[in-house]
Amino acid sequence: MFDEARKPLLKVENLKMHFPIFRGILKRQVGAVKAVDGISFEILEGETLGLVGESGCGKSTAGRCVLRLYEVTDGTIELEGQNIASLSGSELRAKRPEMQMIFQDPQASLNPRMTVGSIVAEPLYEHRNMTKLERRARVDELMDAVGLARRFADRYPHEFSGGQRQRIGIARALALNPKFIVCDEPIAALDVSIQAQVVNLLEDLQEKLGLTYLFISHDLSMVRHLADRVAVMYLGKLVELGPSETLYTAPQHPYTQALLSAVPHPDPAKAGNIDRVILQGDVPSPANPPQGCNFCTRCPVAIDICRKDEPEWRQIGEGHFAACHLIE
Amino acid sequence: MLDARATILDVANLKTVFNTRDGMVHAVNHVSFSLAPGELLGIVGESGSGKSVTMMSLLKLLPMPPAEIEDGDIIFDGRDIRAMSDDELRHVRGGEIGFIFQDPMTSLNPVFTVGFQIMEPLRVHMGLNKKAARIRAAELLELVGIPDAGARLKDYPHQFSGGMRQRVMIAIALACDPKVLIADEPTTALDVTIQAQILELIKELRQKLGMAIIWITHDLGVIAEIADRVAVMYAGQIVEHAEVRELFKNPQHPYTRALLETLPDMSGERATRLRSIEGQPPALSKAPSHCEFAPRCGHAFDRCLKENPQRRDVSPDHDVACWWDVKTGEPANV
Repeated sequence: MFDEARKPLLKVENLKMHFPIFRGILKRQVGAVKAVDGISFEILEGETLGLVGESGCGKSTAGRCVLRLYEVTDGTIELEGQNIASLSGSELRAKRPEMQMIFQDPQASLNPRMTVGSIVAEPLYEHRNMTKLERRARVDELMDAVGLARRFADRYPHEFSGGQRQRIGIARALALNPKFIVCDEPIAALDVSIQAQVVNLLEDLQEKLGLTYLFISHDLSMVRHLADRVAVMYLGKLVELGPSETLYTAPQHPYTQALLSAVPHPDPAKAGNIDRVILQGDVPSPANPPQGCNFCTRCPVAIDICRKDEPEWRQIGEGHFAACHLIE
Repeated sequence: MLDARATILDVANLKTVFNTRDGMVHAVNHVSFSLAPGELLGIVGESGSGKSVTMMSLLKLLPMPPAEIEDGDIIFDGRDIRAMSDDELRHVRGGEIGFIFQDPMTSLNPVFTVGFQIMEPLRVHMGLNKKAARIRAAELLELVGIPDAGARLKDYPHQFSGGMRQRVMIAIALACDPKVLIADEPTTALDVTIQAQILELIKELRQKLGMAIIWITHDLGVIAEIADRVAVMYAGQIVEHAEVRELFKNPQHPYTRALLETLPDMSGERATRLRSIEGQPPALSKAPSHCEFAPRCGHAFDRCLKENPQRRDVSPDHDVACWWDVKTGEPANV
């Protein structure tokens, strides 16, 4: 699936992001929302790691933490051996060009008062010492790379469709030649016929520029298509991580199994005979996670130990990890 | 297209336009379909294809102006909806035809209890007194699978999770035993595991109550799972219409085919590259004078840019609006 010689570009260990809850007149801290609660993973150079889970499971928070858009509560994030979690302001700023982000909503993440050209050029103003002409040339280059006509550089975001806006967001993320890009649900707001255009563009760029992606999504079929390895998150914790083929054909964790079986199959002939695991109830609040395994309240196969002890995150196969008491 | 079967709802040649400051928008262009009692008709299309506007037009739920129903017949249970007075319409809306909207948070009123909102249609349409309405409301909540239904009537919408709120919406829509239920992207805002719960619930309720359903979605997977028949919409028109298995097995319109091909497969081989449909959907500022899909279509020939294709039958329960014949690989003989 991935060769051992490739070294990890990003190494996340025991990452925690707890948002404090304050109550009362004195605004005392009464608890914390454990959005991300101790996750560890690696991303190899040039690969795509898919991060899937339902809304509220902490996948976006994890993505933002990795770029240190939040001050993390605990854990280390090593990008090429350097711990981003402990960098000071100016050191972090110097590191920023190497890691970029593509956001979900291209409508909200582009400034409506700036032209496309200036949106794409903004990172260049901040991080590069370029003349106006050089900048213009770089913007043209980027517009070509994402498949937008150069003359669009003088237009405003509202003149573009959703798919084109997402291309603008991608051009901006590429401006500084990053190594690592976090894609936070980049296709969730797009129509099916446009989604494929954007996914193909992301794949082309990865091949051409040797990019490494953390691809966050709730669209399990798109993640299977794009990712080399996939991590499944539930209530702030990773429940399973493995090579995409293994994970989709032989999921081990009961949550992964339920999640995969819940995806409707676009084939009515097969729809009738899928073994579907329907989960009961809803995801518990991350401010008050259940004791023991996080999934024990909805798990169809939970036993006593699941409600007492937290399962350990361990290797269960080649490159395949999971946290469940019931996996041999 | 409109066959001899008994139908509960017949829509013929519906045309809805919006008069905006920037000119006319032709949102729905001569849409026709029929619905048999107890049947589930799926309507698929991308955003802006006119699927929601079609449904809103049925019950005149659009603000008029700017919207205007220019043409068409809407016959519900033998009665002409377009000719109805506001009083008669009010009786149909939420009474004989129930509505479920996409976002359960914005379509429930946050300042009233869930119980009040379920009881409202019962009292207005069925004339029940408070006590009888409360008993019925508790039954309805139980029917849609909310535990401890009687006690939860006193709760407000924010005290329910997304999936539970959608269940409440379904309970409201079902309150007056509707003959037709219109569901506009009811699971789009939900997570897959919750979506699976709601789909299961709808299947169960159909068996129990037997109402006809129109299910609007952009998700072909959901359609495959629950629909009996499917209509595919593009640029305000129905471009293909067929029995569900037939549509997935034997799609005729290039747009339908492309839509099916853009979906990554969950099982089987991983495709190296996704097929995409290049270009954008049209802006609908003009009434269609040619095939609206032609600029994005791989099969388009000169006729496609001159004439708008009419729906033609390919088999008894399958029709398509396209000048190209997929079977012969030549222009269709019409």
